[in-house]
Amino acid sequence: MSMAPNPVTLAVFLGLFALVTGLGFVASRWRAGDLSQLHEWGLGGRRFGTWVTWFLLGGDLYTAYTFIAVPALMFGAGAPGFFAVPYTILMYPLLFLVFPRLWSVAHKHGYVTAADFVKGRFGSKSLALAIAVTGIVATMPYIALQLVGMQVVLAALGMNFSMTLPGFGAVDVPLLIAFTILAFYTYSSGLRAPALIAVVKDMLVYVTVFAAIIFIPAQLGGYGKVFEAVPRETILLAKGAAGNLGAEFAYASLALGSILALFLYPHAVTGLLSSSSRHVIRRNAMILPAYSLALALIALLGYMAIAAGVKASPEYADGFAAFGNNFAVPALFLKMFPAWFAGVAFAAIAIGALVPAAIMSIACANLFTRNIYKEFINPGCTGAQEAFVAKIVSIVVKFGALVFVLELQSTYAIQLQLLGGIWMCQTLPSVLIALYTRFFHPLALLAGWAAGLIAGTWMVAELGFKSSTYAIHLFGLTIPCYAAISALVLNIALCLVLTPVFRAIAKPGRDETRAEDYV
Amino acid sequence: MIEDKPEAPRRRFHPVYLFLLLPYIALLWVPFYNRIEPSLLGMPFFYWFQMSWILLGALCILPVYLSEERRK
Repeated sequence: MSMAPNPVTLAVFLGLFALVTGLGFVASRWRAGDLSQLHEWGLGGRRFGTWVTWFLLGGDLYTAYTFIAVPALMFGAGAPGFFAVPYTILMYPLLFLVFPRLWSVAHKHGYVTAADFVKGRFGSKSLALAIAVTGIVATMPYIALQLVGMQVVLAALGMNFSMTLPGFGAVDVPLLIAFTILAFYTYSSGLRAPALIAVVKDMLVYVTVFAAIIFIPAQLGGYGKVFEAVPRETILLAKGAAGNLGAEFAYASLALGSILALFLYPHAVTGLLSSSSRHVIRRNAMILPAYSLALALIALLGYMAIAAGVKASPEYADGFAAFGNNFAVPALFLKMFPAWFAGVAFAAIAIGALVPAAIMSIACANLFTRNIYKEFINPGCTGAQEAFVAKIVSIVVKFGALVFVLELQSTYAIQLQLLGGIWMCQTLPSVLIALYTRFFHPLALLAGWAAGLIAGTWMVAELGFKSSTYAIHLFGLTIPCYAAISALVLNIALCLVLTPVFRAIAKPGRDETRAEDYV
Repeated sequence: MIEDKPEAPRRRFHPVYLFLLLPYIALLWVPFYNRIEPSLLGMPFFYWFQMSWILLGALCILPVYLSEERRK
């Protein structure tokens, strides 16, 4: 790529980046705790109040990749990309109803991960291991995607110098530096670092979004003109034909499946469990939708990019060639914003990558340490050993993601993340349903989980890993449905059928939780 | 069947929880809002209808929250 860096844009960007780096290291002293204990390092001591949790979850759930990919989808495919809006609205009633129960039971028994809860609830090591491994494997490509988001921004800034490292080939230097810094302050400060940085990141995001929705349409001749520029055939979802439920059904299933997957992801669970009380979660269900508004407006940036004609501009041709439609929003910012403000906007996205990447790596580290290391490798480990292993794992996970992005094409990360959502959904009966009932036998849950994973992966493979909407033919009706949902239906059906069978064979393990622990 | 541990004294269902269903009904019934008209300031119905549910969705949680607080 041969884009000349604009010195003003670059200076603003680097200044903001330096600020958050400082914050990341200072964070270890914020509401200081004994960072040699896992719940202090990996859950911030479970001390975050309503506002810190709001910033942390906002920074955690609305990732940099979302900010790049959702408008890119709108830019390329139109209306189907807007599914992110109903998805992020509909997750909150569920959050409000279900997750205070998880918080309460986790607080009572000292659970740090969802797999801790599963082990306590069902007394089954193998089921807990399955949940932990699913979480780790699904989260790794998600971290890699944050790097992809950052790569796009760095390229737009003209910061794309690479150097050749023995054994690795050409390595993107700014990306390597950014992630090394991130790895170090996550190591030293744990979850406090992303919590503090999230405050800066979210404020930058809001400033950018509100500037964008006022400033850009004004230059393009108003919102009416923006929507007129969108091709007529993609501005709405395609209507279903006779015997085919069509794109409208796919849209709803994608929104629903994404909600179920999102709150099962380890980084969401980590963010929720770090709050200081169940009421913090309940209040956040009402104030987090502010981010959904930001996301909806960001989605519309994809249409503004169409109206601004960024794809036809020769100066952005290299960017589109390298990153496809993911370059639409950076190109729009470069074209429409003054140089200094483009620096602010890019900093918002790049820092927006650091927050979830840090939380995701901490979440993976918690899972590995609690549910693999302590469970199977070193059961007698001390609290300090446990926290130390988690810190090391958080570094390994981040560099694993870095190698992944540098060595493999970013399309693999995107495909794996697509699968990741489907896999996460298959842990729903063991985690979410288990918050209400212990009806299912752990072996039935394990069988349903395995069948869901296989069926979901198979459906996406049939589609050439390009889409996750698999058409099911049932009673002469074609139902295009998000594979996570169809796999989950199979999963739950198997759990229901197999539970009586396994109950006849083997007694389920002991439940260490009590009904009053959940309320 | 193996007997489960006695579950919590179940709180009786309160109709205020039905508020939480409203956003799902509104947003999952896609054919209802998959249309251009009535547009608002040039924005097709499809977009402004869904965006207005961001606020309405949060407002649907509020009565449930207040009712839980009151019953405590």
